Amino acid sequence: MSSIPVKKDAGEIGKANKRKYILEKVSGRVFLFCALLSVVSLLLIIGFVFYKGSHPFIAEGYSFIDFLLGSDWVPSEDKFGILPMIVASIYATIGALIIGVPIGLFTAIFLAEIAPRSVAKIISPAVQLLAGIPSVLYGVFGLAIIVPFLQNNLGLIKGQSLIAVIIVLAIMMLPTVVTVAETAIRAVPKAYREGSLALGVSPIGTIFKVVVPAAKSGIMTAIVLGMGRAIGETMAVILVAGNSLVIPTSLTDSIRPLTTNIALEMGYAFGTHQEMLFATGIVLFSFILILNFVLARISSKGGN
Amino acid sequence: MNTTVIDRKTATDKSANTTEQQTKIAVKDLNLFYGEKQALFDVSIDIKEKEVTALIGPSGCGKSTFLRTLNRMNDLIDGVKINGKMVIDGEDIYQSNDVIKLRTKVGMVFQKPNLFPMSIYDNVAYGPRMQGIKNKAELNKIVEESLRGAAIWDEVKDRLKSSALGLSGGQQQRVCIARAIAMKPEVILMDEPTSALDPISTLKVEELIASMKKEYTIVIVTHNMQQAARVSDKTAFFLNGEIIEFDETNKIFSMPSDQRTEDYVTGRFG
Repeated sequence: MSSIPVKKDAGEIGKANKRKYILEKVSGRVFLFCALLSVVSLLLIIGFVFYKGSHPFIAEGYSFIDFLLGSDWVPSEDKFGILPMIVASIYATIGALIIGVPIGLFTAIFLAEIAPRSVAKIISPAVQLLAGIPSVLYGVFGLAIIVPFLQNNLGLIKGQSLIAVIIVLAIMMLPTVVTVAETAIRAVPKAYREGSLALGVSPIGTIFKVVVPAAKSGIMTAIVLGMGRAIGETMAVILVAGNSLVIPTSLTDSIRPLTTNIALEMGYAFGTHQEMLFATGIVLFSFILILNFVLARISSKGGN
Repeated sequence: MNTTVIDRKTATDKSANTTEQQTKIAVKDLNLFYGEKQALFDVSIDIKEKEVTALIGPSGCGKSTFLRTLNRMNDLIDGVKINGKMVIDGEDIYQSNDVIKLRTKVGMVFQKPNLFPMSIYDNVAYGPRMQGIKNKAELNKIVEESLRGAAIWDEVKDRLKSSALGLSGGQQQRVCIARAIAMKPEVILMDEPTSALDPISTLKVEELIASMKKEYTIVIVTHNMQQAARVSDKTAFFLNGEIIEFDETNKIFSMPSDQRTEDYVTGRFG
């Protein structure tokens, strides 16, 4: 038994405090509700897309394999093959990575390591502003500048092409790649740089042999995020892709990626055609999911 | 050789009666500014070859700043201005622009162990590799010699390929020393190399410093006065960016000629 004297009313909460506790509880619930809202939205979107998209394969007897690997997309003739679009999306994304990643990475290195503070102060916000430009404006820019340029200089009949998409997407992924990579590079402890420089290693040697390897996981994250941006982009791509339904065989071919297929046809599609567009969405969504999975793996590795 | 004389600002001129080594580093009237703020005032000191010179003084007195002028690590900080003479082996290091050569010759060990996130082997081989040494046998030899030189070989020889960051702090610091030795420097600067270590590791590093003296000129910044007394031949006492006194370590600790030095070494301030 406790021998410490306890006041009889010590367990009771004063009137003024009671209101505070209630307020505490209510505001906790409000925050929880807001937090759940995004989870609910996510589940609703996934559920809706999957429900609509899987219907033709479950209830109408279409083959999912034929859908993925078929190369003809003619809704009026009941032909739904999205292989050309999958290939176009993959080509455009890889191409954009090949151009965008080195440029973005070098920009990040320049901003974090080389540029004097005054210069970085101008370039850094400029790069970030690039992220704020509405994507349709990138498309307009591509259509007005890049497409005619390609048309005139490569002698194309039509400037809307895979290469035009790649260039636009490369520019669009820059802010993501630069910002994330720059943050990762800046987070590398100063002691590593000093250690390397004190051994008589040049600043550039230090950057490539010590700083960049130490920021590896952050840089990988930057690349994956940039990739996500490229594969999901729709508006800018519609304007410069040309939207032909062929498997691209050269950089100058007109293409139709997965995203634009949905955006172009959803407005007038109905019935099976509409459901097939949802199915296209499932494929696109799977790509993004895989990317997110890769991203999670990278960041958990980076923690070790 | 260079003719710069020791300029002891307030010290007496009794020159110690030992077999004097040759001057390795001669500093004359060195001033350093961080922007508008002056951090070092007319620092003059002659550092002898193959001796251990300790720099002591309270925090913010400029001893680390001075140490970093010796391999131009202050160049990395924006707005640092330096004037005066700093001559190593007859060459004014602030006249020459070959910082890479200077830093190869003047190695550095930092306050906190700063091994790279790579294997032990790669850490030690990093400097030589960056100098273009690719031959495996040669690299192996350098790594082994350097690790032996830093008295850590026996502890790490079976785990050379594992991450250096898995070592204890004291082991890491000795690998840092090995990494510096691998460049075959002539001078090694140490910036409070044991302040982040436990007493036993500290002892090991101090023993190492004593044994390294045969081959290297060592300049060590330390907060620990017993350490300065134990490892160094000469000691310079810094206060507010000036060298107050520079002399044989014995003399600094037993009968300093400046009252401020005495106050500091007896623990009255700092």
